[in-house]
Parts: sequence; C-alpha cells; structure tokens
Amino acid sequence: MITVRIPTPLRPMTEGKSEVEGKGTTIGELIDQLNAAHPGFKDRVCDERGEIRRFINVYLNEEDIRFLTGKDTPVKDGDEVSIVPAIAGGTHG
Amino acid sequence: MEFTEEQIQRYSRQIILEEVGGKGQKKLNDANVLIVGAGGLGSPIALYLAAAGIGTIGLIDGDVVDLSNLQRQVLHTTSHVGMPKVESGRRLLEALNPDVHVKTYQEPISAENIMKLLTDYDLVLDGSDNFGTRFLVNDACFFAGKTLISGSIFRFEGQLTTIKPHEGYPCYRCLYPEPPPAGLVPNCQEAGVLGVLAGTIGVLQANEAVKEILDLGDTLANSLLIYDALEMKFRKVGRPKDPQCPLCSDHPTITALEEHHVSCSI
Repeated sequence: MITVRIPTPLRPMTEGKSEVEGKGTTIGELIDQLNAAHPGFKDRVCDERGEIRRFINVYLNEEDIRFLTGKDTPVKDGDEVSIVPAIAGGTHG
Repeated sequence: MEFTEEQIQRYSRQIILEEVGGKGQKKLNDANVLIVGAGGLGSPIALYLAAAGIGTIGLIDGDVVDLSNLQRQVLHTTSHVGMPKVESGRRLLEALNPDVHVKTYQEPISAENIMKLLTDYDLVLDGSDNFGTRFLVNDACFFAGKTLISGSIFRFEGQLTTIKPHEGYPCYRCLYPEPPPAGLVPNCQEAGVLGVLAGTIGVLQANEAVKEILDLGDTLANSLLIYDALEMKFRKVGRPKDPQCPLCSDHPTITALEEHHVSCSI
C-alpha cells in the first residue's frame, strides 16, 4: 500500500482523514484509485484534461513529480505520496 | 554608528551569541525589511523583527483593524479597532523598540506601487492573504532582484519558503506556476484559520529573515517547509528550479507584472 498525505483543504473528501492508503503502479493510477474510494477526489486534484492542476503539487516521498515523470511516475508499496496545494492565507487567513 | 549603553543592554542576549556579535547586530540595525500585510503573519514578523532591532520596517496594508482580526493579529489591540492596521502596527512597534524606523503605506500592494516600493528595501516578507498578491510579490521581487521570504497559512496548515532566483534558486512560480482560477477557491473568511498557526509560521518567517540578514545557517531556498498543526508535523520537500518556469527560466513567458484576482486556497 502507498500512504497518501491529504492536505487540510482536501480532507472533506476523505472524511477528515489526513492520511489514506492507496494502490497503483503509477501516480495516475493511484489518483484514479483514490477517486474510486473518494468520489470527486480527482476533480479537485486534476483539471478537465486529467492533468494535475498547476497550483497543486504531488510529491513522491520528497520529490515533486513534475520533475520526475509526472503522472507516469512509478510508485510502489511503502512509498509516501503528498498532495500539497498552494495556500495563500496570511492577513485575513 | 556606535551602540549606546541602552542598545548594548537591549540587544545583549543576541550580541553575546558569537554568530551575531556586535557586527551582526549592526547588520540588523542597518537592515531595511518590507512586510506585506500587517495581519496574521505580518504581526509576529513585525514584532520579532522590531524586537531584534531591524533598522527600518516597512508595513503595507490597506485595511483597518477589525475585532475579528484580534484572534491572531497580535500587532493590534482592542482599543485600535477601526484604526488603519499600519498605524496601529506602527504604534506598537515604536513602543516596543524606539530604535526602529517604521514606514507605513496604507494602501493595498499593487502592480502600480510595488516596484517603486521595493527600491527602498533589501528583504521582503510576504504575509498576504490572497494568491493575486502572492504572485505579484513573487514576480516583482524577481524583477527587482530582492530576496523574498514567503509564508502562508490555511486552516491548520502552513507553508514556508525562501525565494531568491537572483542567486540561482527557484522562484515561487517554479513551485506553483499559476494561481488557481477564480471560482475554485472558497472565501478566505469562510475557511477559517487557527490563530496560533499564524504565530508559528510568522515567527519562522522572522527567523529566516534574521538568518538571511546575518547570512547564518541553512535556508529554505531549495525546499518548502510544510507544517501540519493538528498532527504536529513539519515536513520539508524539495523545490527544484523549473526549466520551464514562466518567470525565471531562460525562456520566460512573463516579462512584466500582471495582476491576478483570486482568493485564498483550493
């Protein structure tokens, strides 16, 4: 299983859980599998073409997958995947 | 300028640190730092930088103090509700440390005023509350060649990074190329934020600012620090330079400031 860290803004999709388990051989498959378990998940993370949104980063362990092979980046059991959207609060929060 | 007896006493606890010393204290006293937003992040940043003896602190914010700000914006007090935030901030900072010269700008930061404003400062700390300002500040600091320490918070989560593309490091757009489109983001005021979180991230920004001025230790110029206040976890992820970056790569598509109008988070 792959551990997926869910950022605060996406936790309503995962019943408030900060970590969920997922399966797949690539990041793309993992996202599809998470969408099956948590309907609507993919729409939040990917755009209408199925590409990961430009203000959301996905990290395999500590590396941004945009600098690996994007959604084709292979994943394996024991990996940790983190989803990290841009956040902007500061003054009004 | 020689230190007065009072200054030696005021700053004694940091002057005795061998990494700071009198020389370091002088650097702090000579520094010019701009803080974007006198709110949740700007408050702890301004308080700690003033206490440390930063010579000139610029505060830019167009808002007035609201009662709902006081849960986290510790630069302001109940008796200052209704007062411009920059004025309220100036009073508290000057009371804390009369050595500090506080410059106030009671206006929103914009593509029109930012480049001129940056000319007076060596270092910028972003504590703004919206993506439009964040991308504007990043782009302007890139064009002006100024180091930017960026902090942001949302609900129970914070992010912190140091941006200095003029020294060959990645910019904010290498991390997030574009702001989210309007409509995909909830209203900031509806989203909520844990007040203490603003303190945690703001104080870390101040810490990185002092290190930057003193040229001490490691920076977050190649990484992003992510803090989860609920789980009490800090994580650092890599933040490489993007060869396709629309701003700081060799083939930029952004060559002038642009304004975005988008809200707080996804």
